[in-house]
Amino acid sequence: MNESVISIRGLSKTFGTNRVLDHFDLVLHRGENLAVLGKSGSGKSVLIKCIIGLIRPDEGNIEVLGQNMLNLNREELDDIRVKIGFLFQSNALYDSMTVRDNLEFPLRRHSFRLAPAEVNHMVMEALRNVGLEHAVDMMPAELSGGMRKRIALARTLILKPEIILYDEPTTGLDPITSLEIINLINAIRGKFGTSSLIITHDLKCVKLTADRIAMLIDGHCHVTGDFEGLRSSSDERISPFFS
Amino acid sequence: MPGLSKWNAVMIISKNSGVFLQEIGELSRFAARFWREWLRPRYEFREFIRQCFVIGYKSLPLTGLTAFIMGLVLTMQLHPSMIYYGVESLIPSMVGIAIVREVGPVLTALIFAGKIGSSIGAELGSMKVTEQIDAMEVSGTNPFKYLVVTRTAASMVMLPILVIISDSISLYGSYLGNNIYERTTFILFFRQVFDSLVVADIIPAVIKTFFFGFAVGIIGCFKGYFTDKGTEGVGRAANSAVVVSSVMIFILDLVVVQITDLMNLYD
Repeated sequence: MNESVISIRGLSKTFGTNRVLDHFDLVLHRGENLAVLGKSGSGKSVLIKCIIGLIRPDEGNIEVLGQNMLNLNREELDDIRVKIGFLFQSNALYDSMTVRDNLEFPLRRHSFRLAPAEVNHMVMEALRNVGLEHAVDMMPAELSGGMRKRIALARTLILKPEIILYDEPTTGLDPITSLEIINLINAIRGKFGTSSLIITHDLKCVKLTADRIAMLIDGHCHVTGDFEGLRSSSDERISPFFS
Repeated sequence: MPGLSKWNAVMIISKNSGVFLQEIGELSRFAARFWREWLRPRYEFREFIRQCFVIGYKSLPLTGLTAFIMGLVLTMQLHPSMIYYGVESLIPSMVGIAIVREVGPVLTALIFAGKIGSSIGAELGSMKVTEQIDAMEVSGTNPFKYLVVTRTAASMVMLPILVIISDSISLYGSYLGNNIYERTTFILFFRQVFDSLVVADIIPAVIKTFFFGFAVGIIGCFKGYFTDKGTEGVGRAANSAVVVSSVMIFILDLVVVQITDLMNLYD
């Protein structure tokens, strides 16, 4: 588990006068579930958007699978993005497409030589992984919040990524659906051996999924540790999260 | 305090001018990116064809109906005046030139801006605020090529076709309008229309519609692509896509008329 798949050094990002990330350092190891815990608006989403290349940081270095994300051209960036799955907080399903088309979209962009039967098999397998084979021909608008989250997860999984970035995976879900998503996150790691970075402020999600937790406070990684270690911390900036 | 209010007015004007110029600059950069990217692989041919269907075929009933009514009403409005001056036999020529040179392209483009500009602005705007454009980006797809290039190119291709069809429907409406007052055969009416038209009437009119199509497509995409502030922003993007592209159609029309006048094409 010591091989790093994501390595972040001295990452800084400022919007106007608001310094959201300030020399942030973090390492995600292979096969690890790492949760980044922080208040709303503390820069957690900015952090993963910097990792995937949606936001360009002002300073710092981001290495993903040994490649410096900030030095890649468009084609190289697209190639590495195939190895990174991203689960959006809003799910970001293409609402003009059916569930099948949503799942086929990344496949058709990257696997040109796949036969239709093969594409269908991969779509159904991805849906089976999230328990929603019956929703294949539905439109996103016909799905519940939990179903949309699972379909988004199936779309993330379809290219079999090595790393998955989860942006607030349980936000806005009821406790039962939230637990289903948490179980899915763990099942995906068990089945595919993916490394995951989970951005959240949901303590239950952190407790049940994370091997390690990084606390994002005032733009930098204040401390890392396991759930029990941080819960028993006497640090006055950490204890409010666990109280 | 008249001095202060004058100063405030200057400040407001300079601030608004700054915002306007900044938007013009960003739109120009966006348009330049379209020209850079549209010939570069990978080509989104399937999406382009789908957009041609959505943008062209689905706009045809609206533009066709508008064109028909316009031809009919134009003829009916002209008829009493032409009779007054004893030149009613010139109605087909007059209506033909008006429709082909100016009324057909501009009116169709305005209807097109209302329907397609707003729909592109709202579609891309809602994709932006629900992170669908980001999702496309992280799945290794260039959203600019997939969304902007295909829609703008489809607008450029389909608007001239729509204008040609609309002009034909409009002239047919004019023929029917003419027949309300006096019996004219179809062949005679259209012979008079085509006798009065020259190539210099048709070519610049068709060429300008490519630019109108480009303006509607690129402005709709620009407004949608940079939407912010949630659902309110989506509504604003759709609205300003229509307003800006309609104004742009008139500006481009003015420029084309000046150019054709300078070239003495109609002499």
